Order: sequence, then C-alpha cells, then structure tokens
Amino acid sequence: MVVIRDLLRFSPSFRVGALILVVVLALVVLSFFSPYAPDDRRVVPRNQPPSQEYLLGTTSTGQDVFWMLTYAVRNTLIIASIAVLIGRSIGVLLGMISGYLGGTFDRTISSVVDTFIVIPRLPLVILIAAILRGQLSFIGLGLLLGLLDWAYPSKRYRSQILSLREREFTYTGIYAGMGTFKIVTREHLPFLIPFLMADVVSGFLFAIGFEVTLAVLGLGDLNTQTVGTMIYWGNYYQALLTNRTWVLIAPIAASVLTVVGFYLVSLGLGNYLDPRTRLLRLQVQG
Amino acid sequence: MTLFKEYILPRLVQWILVIFIGVTVTFLIPRLSPVNPVDQALGRMTAFQTLSPEATLELRQSLLDLYGLEGSLLDQYLNFWKRVLRADLGPSFTSFPMTVNAIIGNAIWWTVGLLGTTVVLSWILGVILGGLAGYFRNRWWSQLLENTLIIIYPIPYYIVAFVLLMIFAYYFPIFPLVGGARGTPSFSWSYLSSLLEHAFLPALSIILGATAFRFIMSKALASTEVSSDYVQYAEMASLPRRRILFSYVLRNTMLPQVTDLGLSLGAIFEGALITEFVFGYPGLGSALYVAIVSADYNLIMGIALLSIFGIATASLLVDLTYPLLDPRVRYR
Repeated sequence: MVVIRDLLRFSPSFRVGALILVVVLALVVLSFFSPYAPDDRRVVPRNQPPSQEYLLGTTSTGQDVFWMLTYAVRNTLIIASIAVLIGRSIGVLLGMISGYLGGTFDRTISSVVDTFIVIPRLPLVILIAAILRGQLSFIGLGLLLGLLDWAYPSKRYRSQILSLREREFTYTGIYAGMGTFKIVTREHLPFLIPFLMADVVSGFLFAIGFEVTLAVLGLGDLNTQTVGTMIYWGNYYQALLTNRTWVLIAPIAASVLTVVGFYLVSLGLGNYLDPRTRLLRLQVQG
Repeated sequence: MTLFKEYILPRLVQWILVIFIGVTVTFLIPRLSPVNPVDQALGRMTAFQTLSPEATLELRQSLLDLYGLEGSLLDQYLNFWKRVLRADLGPSFTSFPMTVNAIIGNAIWWTVGLLGTTVVLSWILGVILGGLAGYFRNRWWSQLLENTLIIIYPIPYYIVAFVLLMIFAYYFPIFPLVGGARGTPSFSWSYLSSLLEHAFLPALSIILGATAFRFIMSKALASTEVSSDYVQYAEMASLPRRRILFSYVLRNTMLPQVTDLGLSLGAIFEGALITEFVFGYPGLGSALYVAIVSADYNLIMGIALLSIFGIATASLLVDLTYPLLDPRVRYR
C-alpha cells in the first residue's frame, strides 16, 4: 500500500496510467450491468450516430456500441490475463529451476529458450490460428498466446536467480538449515515480485496487440466480442466507406487507452524499481 | 582457435538448432490439427460438382502426394526435410500451377524494399533522437518528444496503420488507398514517383512505431552513458557538445544498437503482414494473408520457413560480427 501511495505521489506517469486503468476497469464492471446480452442483435435502431440515448452510437446489426464495448474490453482483458498467467507461470518456473539446478539441465533449457526467443511468433500464431480457424475460442486464444510468450521472461528470471543465489543471505539461510524450497519461496520470491509486476504489464501489451491483430485478420473467435473483433465487424460492414466511423473509433480508442494505461503504469513501476532512483529516494527519506 | 571453439562453434550449433526446431514445429503444427487439409480441399472441390467415388479416391490420392502426407509420420518428416533442403516447397494450392518459390520470389522484393528502407531509417532516427533526448534531458523539446513517443510506442501496430489510412487516404485523399505502384515497371519518373507515393503511408506507419521503440532504447542507453565520469570530464574540458554526443556517448551505445539492427533486418522476411494487409501493398505479407484466407498450407509453411531462416541467420551473423565490434569478446 505504501508503495502504491508513493508511486501515486511521485510518479506522474504512474498517476495518469492508474487513472486510465481505473476507467478501463469501470468499463469492465459496467459490462455486468449491460441491458443487452453480448450477442443480442437488432435490439436498438441500426446505424444511429452517437446521441444521448446511444452514447457511442449503434452498429449495422442493431447493437449498442457502448455496451458492446464494455463486453469487448472485458473479453480482451480476459484473453490477455490468461496469456499472461500461463506465459509468466512457465517463464518463472523454468527460469527458477534452470537458475537453481545449473549444469547440463540449465544449458539445455537455456539453449531451448534462446531458440524460442528467435523463432518469429506472428507467423507461428497465424499458422496455428489459420489451421484451427473457427475452433479457436477466445479462451483458447489466450492459452495460445500464453504458450508463445514465456521464453524472454524466463531468461530474465534465470539471470535474477543466478544473482540472488550468490547473495549473502542465501548462504546464511543454508547454514541456518533452511531447505532449498523454503529459501526459494520465503527469501527469493519476494525479490522477484517487482520484476514480475513489470513483466506482467509487458505481457498484457503483447497479448492485447496480438489479439487485435489476429481478430482484424479474421482469425480470432469472431463470435465473441473483443476489441479486435469489434474492429473486424466494423470493417466488415464498411463502417469507413459509409461514414459510420463511431463503430470503429470506440474500439480503437479503447485499445489505445488500455495499452497506454498499462504502459504508463509499467514506466512508473520501472522507474521506482530502478536501483539508482531508489537510492536517491532512500536518501531523501533518510 | 579458442575463439572458434568457444565462441563461433556454439553459435553455429545454436543456428542449426533454431532452424531444426523451427522446421519441426512448422511440420508438426498442421499435422496435429484436427482439420485434415486434404479432406478440406476435397470438400471445396466437390462442393460445386459431384464426382464419382473412383474419381474422388484418385483425387484424394493425388492430393495426399501433393501435400506430402504419404506414409508414416516419420517418412513424412524425412520427406519434408528433403524438400526443405532442396528449397523446393512444392506448388501453391490456390494458384495451382505456380510454385510457392515463384510466388515468394515475386513478392519478396516489395517487402525487402519497403522494410529495408524503413528499418534503417527508423534506426538512424531513433538512435539520434534518443541520444539527443538522453543528453539534453531537461529541455522542453526532449520532454515533448519523449512524451509523444511513449504514447505511440505501446499502441498496437494495426491501430497506428489503420488510423493513418483513415486520415490520409480516406478523409484527406493525399495518398492512394491500395497497391504498390502504377503503370509498368520502368525507370521513368512517373513510375518511380508512383512507387514512392504508394510506399509513403506504409513506410510512415512502420517508421512511427519503430522509431518510438528505438528512441526509448537509445535514450535509456545514452542516459546511463551521460552520467559516467568521462562525459563529465569531457564537459569540463569544454569539448564541443556535438562532439561529446556523437563521438563519445552515441558511440558507446552502438554495440547493443547494431546487434538489434541486425535482428530487425533479419525479421524482414517475416514480412510486414499487417502493414501490407492494411495498405494493400503487394509483398510477402499480402501473399501470406491470401494464403491464410484460402488455407494454402504450402505457401504459409514456405513463408514461415523463410522467416525462421532469415531471423536465425541474422542472429548468427550478428553474433559472429560481435568480436569485430567488441574487443572484450575478441580477447577473452
């Protein structure tokens, strides 16, 4: 809590980012109070521009853009969360195991990780999504993105563990008779958590970007409202050529806001975690 | 010789490993899918006409041959490797008599031209702007530049491209909506200018994002250099600031930047899928998109293999040139 208070007070980018994310979260919460089900069509007059009654206008299939957007943001965030959860779990586990075990195991894992970092992900995702077309649910999409985004984090965690393992308190723990498991969970994990937080944000950026990309190519789960599929259907019904841009502007603005919010928060966190600025802050406090 | 054994050999092994895993993954993914491409193709063919059972069986057999789906999984795998090593990726399914190689050969020059230029341009821009902003940290223009680029950086690329297209090709039709050039290829002014005109928006969209990324990296690197002792010393010696920035600070940030440039150049073969899709630019990305929509697996695999090979080779070359750039690696 103190950390968050400090961040809000000292880091302007964190403040703005947090504010944006609160707005985005408010949209997610609103989706539970939507008067329409996400797939209900022809519930409102078609192709209405934004007005007091329909805040962000309506689509060609008679859906209210504002309420659609609340579902879309929710689903996009669910996809991204699944991807982040899976990617980071694999990354942390592999990084920690190979950092601790060392030796042949570490060398094998490291070269596999290096290989995965190099393999281009976009063509791979597209290949998989194209083959599974129509069968890839939005949960599956999250899984897929998660399975592709663990190599780089795992490399970073490994190097963190390598340095933690050589610290004095680790030796103290060993001499005091703590088991490896206990040292890892009690002493080392707390050090990793800040890195994990910054890393989670970059995972969100990756997943949201890929979700939008896949959906506009028509490779996502087109029956679920996400930010990407809203843009896809907007293009499908020629929103641009028929001058109904509100259908497109809403999801575009939502995605830009979400990613910028996440990024600003991570910038603030990163500055806060940087050892040099941290020393400065400690001096000020002391 | 120790350099070779300790440095070059592991990199070569890594390169082979990357390509091996890449090829294996591209081989396995289509085969693990529940959709059988042969049945799918048969379904498409028989949707509009009825065939006798014998003809269907025969067609199925020839398709199996064509897709390389004969025999056990191991046989298929070995055959696949043989074709990969001969760089013969077979025919494309949608534009049948044309080979995958021919399609890639036509498309690749558009992509290499567009991406090669933009990657290099955005690299130079990002390094210089980032260096300036890192050196003159407290000027208003460096703050403005940083804030703008920080907001552009995380935005999904598709959105940047699409908004540019909306504004400059649709609402203010300054630039053309689709295509690579007008007229027949020749060294005439009209053809070359139309080439530039068509490439401008796609290039701008790539440069925006890539410059933002490079700027952030370059600024971070330059800031750490600026706080080192030698910079303070040079300032006390009142060397010209331009010289401090360009000859000392930026030069010291070159190593990671050059490495990264090599990797981005290697990623060119991945194609600018989204760019080419949004701007209707003819190139590898467009070819890949068409292949995806029409489930042309041979073409998809061909482009995926090309990109894996491109990026693996680029990272190998970068690693191999490292000793030339960084004496610490050379004299270890």
